[in-house]
Amino acid sequence: MTDQAYNFAYLDEQTKRMIRRAILKGVAVPGYQVPFASREMPMPYGWGTGGVQVTAACLVPEDRLKVIDQGADDTTNAVSIRKFFQRTAGVAVTEATTAASIIQTRHRIPETPLHEGQILVYQVPIPEPLRFLEPRETETRKMHELEEYGLMHVKLYEDIARHGTIATSYAYPVKVEGRYVMDPSPIPKFDNPKLSDSPALQLFGAGREQRIYALPPYTQVVSLDFDDHPFDPSKAAHDCDLCGAAASYLDEVIIDDQGGRMFVCSDTDFCRGRREAGHVGALGVPLAEGGM
Amino acid sequence: MNSDALLGGFADTPVQSARAFRAALDALSRPGTIRVVEGATPPAPLSTAAGVLVLTLCDGTTPVHLAGAHDCPALRQWITFHTSAPLVDAAQATFAIGGWDALQPVARFASGTPDYPDRSATLIIEMPGLAAAGMRLSGPGIQSKARLSLPDVTAFKANRARFPLGFDCFLTAGSQLAGLPRASRVEDI
Amino acid sequence: MYVAVKGGERAIDNAHAWQAEERRGDPAVAELALAQIREQLALAVNRVMAEGSLYDPDLAALAIKQARGDLIEAIFLIRAYRTTLPRLGASRPVATAQMAVIRRISATFKDLPGGQVLGPTFDYTHRLLDFKLAAEGAPVPVAATAPASLADVPHVMAFLNRDGLIEAEPAGDASPPDLTREPMELPASRALRLQAITRGDEGFILALAYSTQRGYGRTHAFVGELRIGCVAVELDIPELGFPVEIGEVELSECETVNQFTGSKTEPPQFTRGYGLVFGQSERKAISMSLVDRSLRWKELGEDCTGAPAQDEEFVLMHADNIQATGFLEHIKLPHYVDFQSELELVRKLRAEVLAAQEAAQ
Repeated sequence: MTDQAYNFAYLDEQTKRMIRRAILKGVAVPGYQVPFASREMPMPYGWGTGGVQVTAACLVPEDRLKVIDQGADDTTNAVSIRKFFQRTAGVAVTEATTAASIIQTRHRIPETPLHEGQILVYQVPIPEPLRFLEPRETETRKMHELEEYGLMHVKLYEDIARHGTIATSYAYPVKVEGRYVMDPSPIPKFDNPKLSDSPALQLFGAGREQRIYALPPYTQVVSLDFDDHPFDPSKAAHDCDLCGAAASYLDEVIIDDQGGRMFVCSDTDFCRGRREAGHVGALGVPLAEGGM
Repeated sequence: MNSDALLGGFADTPVQSARAFRAALDALSRPGTIRVVEGATPPAPLSTAAGVLVLTLCDGTTPVHLAGAHDCPALRQWITFHTSAPLVDAAQATFAIGGWDALQPVARFASGTPDYPDRSATLIIEMPGLAAAGMRLSGPGIQSKARLSLPDVTAFKANRARFPLGFDCFLTAGSQLAGLPRASRVEDI
Repeated sequence: MYVAVKGGERAIDNAHAWQAEERRGDPAVAELALAQIREQLALAVNRVMAEGSLYDPDLAALAIKQARGDLIEAIFLIRAYRTTLPRLGASRPVATAQMAVIRRISATFKDLPGGQVLGPTFDYTHRLLDFKLAAEGAPVPVAATAPASLADVPHVMAFLNRDGLIEAEPAGDASPPDLTREPMELPASRALRLQAITRGDEGFILALAYSTQRGYGRTHAFVGELRIGCVAVELDIPELGFPVEIGEVELSECETVNQFTGSKTEPPQFTRGYGLVFGQSERKAISMSLVDRSLRWKELGEDCTGAPAQDEEFVLMHADNIQATGFLEHIKLPHYVDFQSELELVRKLRAEVLAAQEAAQ
């Protein structure tokens, strides 16, 4: 049921128009960060206000919304954001990746491949990939203008010199259509290959930093690397202990006082789907026997 | 003011503009896709689709330029009443509306600045018809190749050559709507 | 068998219920009324209005009650409410020379037209706990009054200005930008900077101002004038052709007289720093005027010494306590995925180093 005290999807129409114009410019210049007049939302900055504003500007009553945090539908902040849109937009919600028309995410891209017509909205804390190399916006804007990305390569190369490998494991920078270096939000680098050539539209919202950017479907996205140190999206060599998946990103869970641990899919919908299809991991039990 | 200017807007703005935006977003992010929109009945010569775009995207902060036959009292009044958008010369416009010939030369529209390429105009090009045929498109939003009945090739090639600067386009005919972002490559094949 | 954590929604509902119970405290103690907060914690109300950028003492009192006295949380509540309000128009500039002052002091002139008015202030209270306040039901305090003067209280700066001793600050008719409606763009105009500072965190602005006094971008400030009082807010109504008073607001205004500058073309003259804050908030107003002056180094042709208070981007991007607290506290949200990727990386790097060490032995 929609809360009648607020406009559809909470934001007033003028704000939505402003955000929509920014989204369209973002789509027109893939990977470029469009400034927008981010509003103060009824949730804290840093908790998804950018993603929430982008989602609010995109939602139609017919949408089916999925919200995930760390890949899971039931983490508290995902629950909170999903509830916010149920209350203010009255939209249907789902946990099934394939059934969702809009997916708002923090830190993950779903394991299940996305399809045409879907929109994936990322919550972004620091949209500027060069920020930790150069704290000044006035400088980084100039660097993007001049395609001066040498500093980023120097940083990655220093990693190699020091550790023998690139020591960036999440928020791994990418280059979009050979032009803009972009921060993919703090997704694990394991997810980076899914950014490129996706059938879905990907929108990125950074509320506190007042930036929106986009990857239209089928956009070429390349993770930065070197010929002699190619990008490596690998993850820990474990299978999911619940569903046995070998190629999904895993959460590590400590299960007893002796430091015993197990690995489970971070994507809860993906894991449940596999278990419903009869897959069982090393520590799992078949769903039919009443296991979780 | 002509009383017709008061008519032809959205009846349920939040929902109608949301649906219209999704159609526009889909059209711009997948060039070559033609979408049908509804809800606006603007005065001639503005098409339904262009009217929907105006109601969805324009307001007091977005200067609008009306070109050629579109620069008529009925349309000026309609846009002013429904959006409060200031009507301006081509160079100041955030949105420019008109037939392709009337919009010429398109180089006069804002194409952004090297540090802020988003500060560029969006052209709403009124077409006699739209079809997924004609010029070949490639680039972001297009899996392999797409086709769209564009009114020109040279101008769009020149626009692409300035990337990331450039204008972005919506093409409208009746209730049909297509998008052409500056990132698209256009070939006459 | 392992069972994944579920029930986030129930946990949230229960947490909110518990918070509500804690807010009320011991039910044997009378509940706070909003009027009590508004009247008796007025300086807290003022701070919430100033940093919330919304002049409404009743709503600020409600926010303080709802936030259990956490003023940053109360400011957040006000900001989130404010953002849903339509922007109907812009008032005319308030005429602070016509302020009905309750306090007005100058540190630069011993006496001046309009006089020094000490007003309600903590300044010369001895900071001794007043245990009489612990007992309720004390007689209502009464202060002596004098007949109100209806004359304008001219600004001290105007006297200096008359002699050309202080930089001119001609009135402009440009609409100032609205920080809450447009994204921040740097370099910022002075109007935008002042707007960011007046709604910036009092503690942050105070610390920056203090740092300038200790030499990090020193500007040798004197309080030319500090005044507190009510001014009328007027709105131009185009249909009427004249301004209409829509209410009045209490303001604290501070103007500092700073170190003079001069050049080959300009004779030496004093410069200005300015602070204007909702309510009785003089610490903030003074701090604001020092930071304002410090940020003006470029337009006044001064050297940048690299002091934090001279660094516009540093000051403006970090002054907002709602942005700061949100981002700071977001690190308590789940970061399992990022942490996992770091964990794997560190394990991998360690394994390689340990293997190399073993091979060397």
